[in-house]
Amino acid sequence: MSLALEILVSAALVVGGIFGLIGSFGLLKLRGAMQRLHAPTKATTVGVGCTLIASALTGLAATQAASWHEVLVTAFLFLTAPLTALYLAKTHMLTTPPGELPPTGTPRDWSNRDAPG
Amino acid sequence: MLSYALTFALTCFALGFAMNVLAFARAPGLPDRILAVDTMVVNGIALIVLYGVKTGSGLYLEAAILLALTGFVSTIAFCKFLLRGSIIE
Repeated sequence: MSLALEILVSAALVVGGIFGLIGSFGLLKLRGAMQRLHAPTKATTVGVGCTLIASALTGLAATQAASWHEVLVTAFLFLTAPLTALYLAKTHMLTTPPGELPPTGTPRDWSNRDAPG
Repeated sequence: MLSYALTFALTCFALGFAMNVLAFARAPGLPDRILAVDTMVVNGIALIVLYGVKTGSGLYLEAAILLALTGFVSTIAFCKFLLRGSIIE
């Protein structure tokens, strides 16, 4: 493996590790349930993405052929993280008592509590 | 240099995994608990990929793909169950 590639892989690994740690720390540290949703769905996804880039580069250097596995895992994680966040937010809105949700800023209530029409 | 970076990344994700276990234990409600488990799955995928880089084997990526698939489906199924009372209507 050439020196430039090694530097690139090491940088991706370090950045990925830091982002993953920030995501998990945010999950532990942030106060509100909706705030806690931000850290794992964004920071941890970026951290895993950087790790997968490093894995793809080492695989490319070792076998001289591109592997589709990293691309598949990356695409799947980046597609599913927003869906997971959406469903968790909906579950949180449904399980919280009506008065404890933050105001919407409009005359209407939150979407899954508002009457149609 | 690569081995140091690899050790650093493995340490970071292992620490993150431990933090997720703590967040799971301290979670005030069920959605928080589901979120902690989902983050645990994502951290587990990162740990598997990093172990694959460490050993130089491509086989571990298959396990990472399987974990990504099942983790997403289980999270959505649990949320759907809490939202609607059933998973497939």
